[in-house]
Amino acid sequence: MNKVYKNADAAVADINDGAVLMLGGFGLCGIPENSIAALVKKGPKNLTCISNNAGVDDFGIGLMLQQKQVKKMVSSYVGENAEFERQLLSGELEVELIPQGTLATRCMAAGYGMPAIFTPAGVGTEVAEGKESRVFNDKEYLLEYAFDADFAIVKAWKGDTDGNLIFKDTARNFNPLMAMAGKITIAEVDELVEPGELDPNTIHTPGIYVHRIFEGVNYEKRIEQRTVTKSAK
Amino acid sequence: MALTKEQIAQRIAKELKDGYYVNLGIGIPTLVANYIPEGINVVLQSENGLLGMGPFPVEGKEDADLINAGKQTITTLPGSSIFDSAMSFGMIRAGKVDLTVLGAMEVSEQGDIANWKIPGKMVKGMGGAMDLVASAKNIIVAMMHTNRAGESKLLPACTLPLTGIKCIKKIVTEIAVLEITDDGFKLLERAPGVSVEEIVGKTAGKLIVEGEIPEMQF
Repeated sequence: MNKVYKNADAAVADINDGAVLMLGGFGLCGIPENSIAALVKKGPKNLTCISNNAGVDDFGIGLMLQQKQVKKMVSSYVGENAEFERQLLSGELEVELIPQGTLATRCMAAGYGMPAIFTPAGVGTEVAEGKESRVFNDKEYLLEYAFDADFAIVKAWKGDTDGNLIFKDTARNFNPLMAMAGKITIAEVDELVEPGELDPNTIHTPGIYVHRIFEGVNYEKRIEQRTVTKSAK
Repeated sequence: MALTKEQIAQRIAKELKDGYYVNLGIGIPTLVANYIPEGINVVLQSENGLLGMGPFPVEGKEDADLINAGKQTITTLPGSSIFDSAMSFGMIRAGKVDLTVLGAMEVSEQGDIANWKIPGKMVKGMGGAMDLVASAKNIIVAMMHTNRAGESKLLPACTLPLTGIKCIKKIVTEIAVLEITDDGFKLLERAPGVSVEEIVGKTAGKLIVEGEIPEMQF
């Protein structure tokens, strides 16, 4: 069993037109930069992308939007991307905006083998339209289905060749959830090591969920909002 | 005189209690962190997966892997913890977060809130707001009393797409502190120098004014 791929191009080589993808990250934090670049290069179209955000105009998923590779986005917040808003308002792009916790939990359900979950998020709003609901303990909940994605593409800090993953700081976000949820999960990591080099107690995503892994290169790790404290005098 | 955004944040900070776990939204709510009263220990939750959010890093120490839900670079504190997005909303859904402070475009006299979409104009998404308002035990809205056109944002019913229903408990604006009751908005405090008449004039929803309305204290 060899899960190690040479690079992003090799790892995404069979992602073709019409694929349903999950892409980890929150804003530009913890996004699979190498895989996105490889997808832009390879050029599959009519993709459905499940991702909390849609990148910014010239980075992250924004790069795929520019190439008109995305048919549908499933996200919770897309405020940082003018091209996204333009394609959406003009009707070129289909979008399903869903509450962030619902997005996370629908990923989780897929990874845990549960077909659906109940959540109160969106009750009484347009998010609830057409959805089944049920009352538990006098409170209304919406039935939300587990995602069904062909590929989950995630970014981790460290991984080993068996696919075990460790995430760093808030770059964790949706990554471990999506890693569990893809039919095929592709993980790109800052540092790829041999089995035994990672302490089993510290693994966030067990290798059973990860099918392909490679060590990424040239990470830009762009910061969206650089906020600093003036250093103490 | 009407409060500045900083003063709105300062007034909301007085609602904090020792030991509270608090989620602060983007905008004025974020400023609340600057006014946490002396001797009170609160833990800030950032819904992208952090409890114990610290201040912005000193210049040169920014880390792209450590941000808050507003995508700003931040720091951790002694006692911080990091988790994934499902656990983050799990603790929100389970009612573990004591107080949520968020902004709004409109609030209705029933406590409904609209803050995520202007049809045909602004389509940014709800982010975590719908999850937060559906589950938080105590929600305070920080917003201006009127919109840029001078129209009241405190309405009999929201006109914009809803974020959540019957969930808001309190509102702090630049001129007033109000509570949502079964009978409508109840005026609790007014900004220093602001008259009850001005607040009445700027509140479109049902407003209950009982007795002397004290000025806010800072």
